[in-house]
Amino acid sequence: MFVAAMVGVLVTMFLALVRAALGPTVFDRILAANMFGTKTVLLIAVAGFLTERPDWLDLAIVYALVNFAGTIAVAKFCRFGNLADDVGGAE
Amino acid sequence: MSAKQQTSGLAMIELILFVLLVATAVVVARLRDLFAAVMLTGIFSLVSAGLFTLMDAVDVAFTEAAVGAGISTILMLGTLSLTARREEQQPVRLLPFLVVILVGGALIAGTVDMPAYGALEAPIHQHPMYNEFITGTEQKVHLPNVVTAVLASYRGYDTFGETTVVFAAAIGVFLVLGGRRKKSAKIDGGTP
Repeated sequence: MFVAAMVGVLVTMFLALVRAALGPTVFDRILAANMFGTKTVLLIAVAGFLTERPDWLDLAIVYALVNFAGTIAVAKFCRFGNLADDVGGAE
Repeated sequence: MSAKQQTSGLAMIELILFVLLVATAVVVARLRDLFAAVMLTGIFSLVSAGLFTLMDAVDVAFTEAAVGAGISTILMLGTLSLTARREEQQPVRLLPFLVVILVGGALIAGTVDMPAYGALEAPIHQHPMYNEFITGTEQKVHLPNVVTAVLASYRGYDTFGETTVVFAAAIGVFLVLGGRRKKSAKIDGGTP
């Protein structure tokens, strides 16, 4: 079951990477990067159970914190920095 | 799952992550949209952090995630707000490309001499203190990870010194930046 979960996580990582590379708008890319962070959290958690070391779960939770702070910073930059002008719809 | 299956499974996951890492690097090099490149360098850091974790270097992995995906993404975005959002199309120059290929090749050639990953005959496993650290981590420090035990306990004073240096540097930077802002506000107001 954990192997299936790992395959799923890796495939999603790949798809997120494709979206970040192609993604026409800024928001596609922010979302892809954020999702990639979430997938890293899941990767570490699933790998921990896969190798029978569930204490990696703590590690995964700390990664979630870093990811959250990074995404907040990027979103704030997009809203208030000079990136906002070419997004369309943002005032 | 047997130990051997587990090892080959982990090696498989690491291989896929390495492929993702290379793909990310190629995409970053080819993109002209710098914002996308910044996002992808964050992804690059996250992949390497995942790799480091799978290789049991949790401290390195966490530093990579915090610095690479967190701080340097923010610093790069700050740089982007001061410069342009798109990289200008530049003619392909042969000399820098050759230098990069050479340096990269030299680095790869350097890894050939290194002992295989996890090999028992590696120099690190022949150290006189090897048994002390391996058994002492469990019995004396009560931590599951040897590297963490060495960093936080066996060479705790060293780590403490490093933290003090980083703290002093941060205070210094804050003082320099804060002082300059006040001064420039004054200069703006009056005639020099």
